[in-house]
Amino acid sequence: MAEQFIHQQHAHCESGVTSNLLKHSGIALSEPMTFGIGAGIFFGHLPFVKVSGIPGTTFRIWPGYIFKRVTQRLGLKIHTEKFSNEAKAMEALDQALARNIPVGMIAGVYYLNYLPEAFRFHFNAHNLVVYGKENGQYLVSDPILEGTSQIGYDDLARARFAKGFPEPKGKMYYITEAPDTIDLAKGIKDGIKQTCFFMSSPPVPWFGINAIYTLANKIEKYPEKLTPRQCTLYLGNIIRMQEEIGTGGGGFRFLYAAFLQEAAQYLSHNELGKLSERCTKMGDQWRNFAYSAARICKARESDLVSYKELSALLRGIGDTEKQFFKDLKAVRFS
Amino acid sequence: MKENEVPQDKEDYKGKSQIHKLMYATKEDGSYTQVNSEGWEVENMATRQAWEAVLEELQEIEARVRNGELSPIAYFMHKHLMELPILARHMGKWQWQIKRHFKPAVFRKLDQDTLNRYARVFNIPVDSLVRFGQ
Repeated sequence: MAEQFIHQQHAHCESGVTSNLLKHSGIALSEPMTFGIGAGIFFGHLPFVKVSGIPGTTFRIWPGYIFKRVTQRLGLKIHTEKFSNEAKAMEALDQALARNIPVGMIAGVYYLNYLPEAFRFHFNAHNLVVYGKENGQYLVSDPILEGTSQIGYDDLARARFAKGFPEPKGKMYYITEAPDTIDLAKGIKDGIKQTCFFMSSPPVPWFGINAIYTLANKIEKYPEKLTPRQCTLYLGNIIRMQEEIGTGGGGFRFLYAAFLQEAAQYLSHNELGKLSERCTKMGDQWRNFAYSAARICKARESDLVSYKELSALLRGIGDTEKQFFKDLKAVRFS
Repeated sequence: MKENEVPQDKEDYKGKSQIHKLMYATKEDGSYTQVNSEGWEVENMATRQAWEAVLEELQEIEARVRNGELSPIAYFMHKHLMELPILARHMGKWQWQIKRHFKPAVFRKLDQDTLNRYARVFNIPVDSLVRFGQ
């Protein structure tokens, strides 16, 4: 593992980090494959978890999950560690770097001063790789960026110990051992199975397909329950989670469609190819939803009709995705 | 989304245009490819709107600090886009304690150690914290 780490840009931070770390360990796996095998796609709406007074919406699985599952499914050995204080966390990082190991970590976006201000909110589930240290500056491979960056000790320490929800607690991770051969077919199958479970099975209204309907119900009532300003901020937040950065567009649906397409080719599986096309259409539906939501925000309308229409649009997405994941679950692998 | 439909809506607001994020889109034959995007007016609007809400609130708070209704702690907390629970976690205090420090009269009596810790969290010299709004 002595050679230089190669930075490559990706759409999503965690699948990007995972793909780049795998490549460094001699396993070439595209971002879509990483995302699919790691069961990265999701939907969640948590009305009671508020950030800046706005209820949380997510299109992805919780942080750290993709790296853990991909390495587990493909038989790689990994090391992960959390820390009680900044000094210990930074020392452990320095030690790993001294051994020439590129280190993945979870960081709070607010403290990453190499990012433009526009993106620097308190979002604590960002993933990046630190692959070296030069003149006291850490060399950063942030997969959402085209090139590499640098960050100083203090800022990186702050980012690794960002407070709020969730708290990274200095979490870092790296690959310790990679096998010579991997069972990609099994990884694909297990990843798909898990995604179907997460999307279809949770018997609560906040996760999976159910959450899409929950959000649709909430949106319908926005104009009655919220001030016009809150309405637009709530809708704006959904748009940001879906499109602003790191999703590849359409709330990860295009990225997942790319995975299904690649999986179909790898397994010569026609059915997965057809499902990929349907998943692309789901992404288009989400884009259309975001477009309509933005129109309401811009017009600063709070009339009931437009919110009802938006809510109906979202229910339509729920219906499509419900059927999609049902059919995906029914796919037989030889 | 087709390759030629990937929006390229450039937005300079707060450096957003420095990032050309990667998108996944389909080619003519339906196969997936990666395309860099300048941004999309829809999300540009959402980013701008979120920031404007923050900055508007910050202005109101600044006015109240200058008016003697709130302490500089409230101002710098908002300036750093923090909320009460986050600041409380950083300070290792209860939320009600932080809230008390929002009162100018309580703030004036804070000991040096507490002020130093606030200044470190806000990444500013203690002097700038104490003198803000005077």
